[in-house]
Amino acid sequence: MPTMFDYDFMRNAFAAATIVAVLAGVVGYFLVLRGQTFAGHALAHVGFTGATGAVLVGISPLWGLVSMTVAAAIGMGFMGEKLAERDVAIGLVLAFALALGLLFLHFFTAYATQATTLLFGNVLSVDVGTIWILLAISAGTLAVLAVISRPLLFASLQPELAEAKGISLRLYGVLFLVLVALTTAECVQIVGVLLVFALMVGPAAAAQRLTHSVAWGVPTAGLLALLEAWLGITLAFYTDWPTSFWITTLSVAVYLVSLLSSWIGSRGQALLSLRSDTI
Amino acid sequence: MNRAISHRKDDAVEFANVSLRLGGRTVLSGISLHIPANAFIGVLGPNGAGKTTLMRAILGLVPPSNGSISVLGRPATRGNPAIGYIPQMHGASPGLRLRGWDFVAIGAKGHCLGLPRLGKAERADIDRALDLVGARALARQHIGEMSGGERQRLLLAQALIGRPQLLLLDEPLISLDPHRQQEVVALAKTLQVELGVTVLFSAHELNPLLEAMDQVLYLGSGQAALGSVDDVITGPVLSRLYGSAIDVVRLKGRIFVMSGSYDVEQGAHQHDHDHDHAHSHEAHRSHADHV
Ligand SMILES: Nc1ncnc2c1ncn2[C@@H]1O[C@H](COP(=O)(O)OP(=O)(O)OP(=O)(O)O)[C@@H](O)[C@H]1O
Ligand SMILES: [Mg+2]
Repeated sequence: MPTMFDYDFMRNAFAAATIVAVLAGVVGYFLVLRGQTFAGHALAHVGFTGATGAVLVGISPLWGLVSMTVAAAIGMGFMGEKLAERDVAIGLVLAFALALGLLFLHFFTAYATQATTLLFGNVLSVDVGTIWILLAISAGTLAVLAVISRPLLFASLQPELAEAKGISLRLYGVLFLVLVALTTAECVQIVGVLLVFALMVGPAAAAQRLTHSVAWGVPTAGLLALLEAWLGITLAFYTDWPTSFWITTLSVAVYLVSLLSSWIGSRGQALLSLRSDTI
Repeated sequence: MNRAISHRKDDAVEFANVSLRLGGRTVLSGISLHIPANAFIGVLGPNGAGKTTLMRAILGLVPPSNGSISVLGRPATRGNPAIGYIPQMHGASPGLRLRGWDFVAIGAKGHCLGLPRLGKAERADIDRALDLVGARALARQHIGEMSGGERQRLLLAQALIGRPQLLLLDEPLISLDPHRQQEVVALAKTLQVELGVTVLFSAHELNPLLEAMDQVLYLGSGQAALGSVDDVITGPVLSRLYGSAIDVVRLKGRIFVMSGSYDVEQGAHQHDHDHDHAHSHEAHRSHADHV
């Protein structure tokens, strides 16, 4: 009986998922730390317009995604705090982005498959050429993140102090959102526009519950995302259910387990300290 | 140039005819001050008087619209490593699962590019800062699970990273009970004396700082008065800063700043918690009784 690695599409799927999951976990860790998870969500929606627009004019949806999300990230970064107070405006812009994407798809013949692929992802259809592009974007994004990680961390956790020490909050805010945009564009290849949270936020949030320092949290987030993606694809292969369903389910499950474990951890500590108090 | 405001060698901070504007509003206008080195300065004034703005100006974050500021003999610039700072609003989110040591470490060379790895010198500096504030025991605890007073200690340790000559502490007493307030003031005073640094310590109330302060900097109505408590906390000076008649009442080593029978410091403090803004005359009286 053939194993799943006998199929080209499965090997490609694992390669793509590996590249994207590690990136999503690591970038997602900083996203959760900065309390900007909504930005990831927003960028994915805007990316949908870019992807469908690209399909309409006959170029690869990945490039449409990348250019649109990066442009939106720069715009959001420069608006900064002003954006946070305008949730109605943002909500409407996001709805409009999806609607516009829908219109673009309307003009396209292979409407239904393209729409589902973009909205929910289809890692089983990734080709070798795409894998190389994903690898290049991923490597570049991680390299830039490594270079800015120290001031980014400072600016994220102690913004006023960081500013006083000469760090430009705006510069790092914009730079980081561009990295998030690239990560979002990659995630869409695996889990689609609507489920980006599963790879970017789920593992990172769980990692933050399970670890006590950034040095452990970042690799844990990457590792969790990787395991969820691998296991998700494997389960999809054997059950024939959608990959994105499995990855999202695993992401939610791992997050719930992390909640439970940190709850038990703090209860345990409370019990211990109670005992040492009474002794 | 006015001889009186030229630079003196032992000044920590010098304001020469400085005006500070924020969003079209003049917060401080035409202020000249010499803040001496190696002193504990209490920075007081009602809400919105400009205490935070003054500190941000010293940090180079608010450029003066007029005049010039010099800090330790150099023009005020952003990113001055000789200044340690505790912001009034600090980002430390509750529930953050980060140990105290790692939290303090974020400030060590935090502006340098690269991975946040620390060398021997930085690690030693972090340990030293934690020891100075007596927070070694907090190093392994989660910042999100600390009390207000404990977090304040860590923020102070973070401010001490890099051995600053000037410490700007913006309202570190807020939301602390009187006992913890005294602890924080005493700690700041000890650090000021032992390290030989200058401390600017802003607060809403005068009395917790009375013993520690060498001088008081009182802000109000866009103006400022700097000097000893006896010189500044007087009816005429404060009436000018508040823009209304102020009486200063001294009672058992404590000082009350009163407008009529209303304690303005308590009132400013109370306002944050009061939902009923219609203060009756009786309410004013009870404020005064309460003090
Ligand atoms: N970004 C801003 N744009 C415009 N005005 C501002 C801005 N920030 C502060 N202000 C105004 O400047 C004045 C001084 O504010 P500041 O925060 O320095 O006062 P403060 O003395 O620190 O007050 P508090 O006791 O409430 O901390 C206030 O009236 C405030 O409304
Ligand atoms: Mg203030």
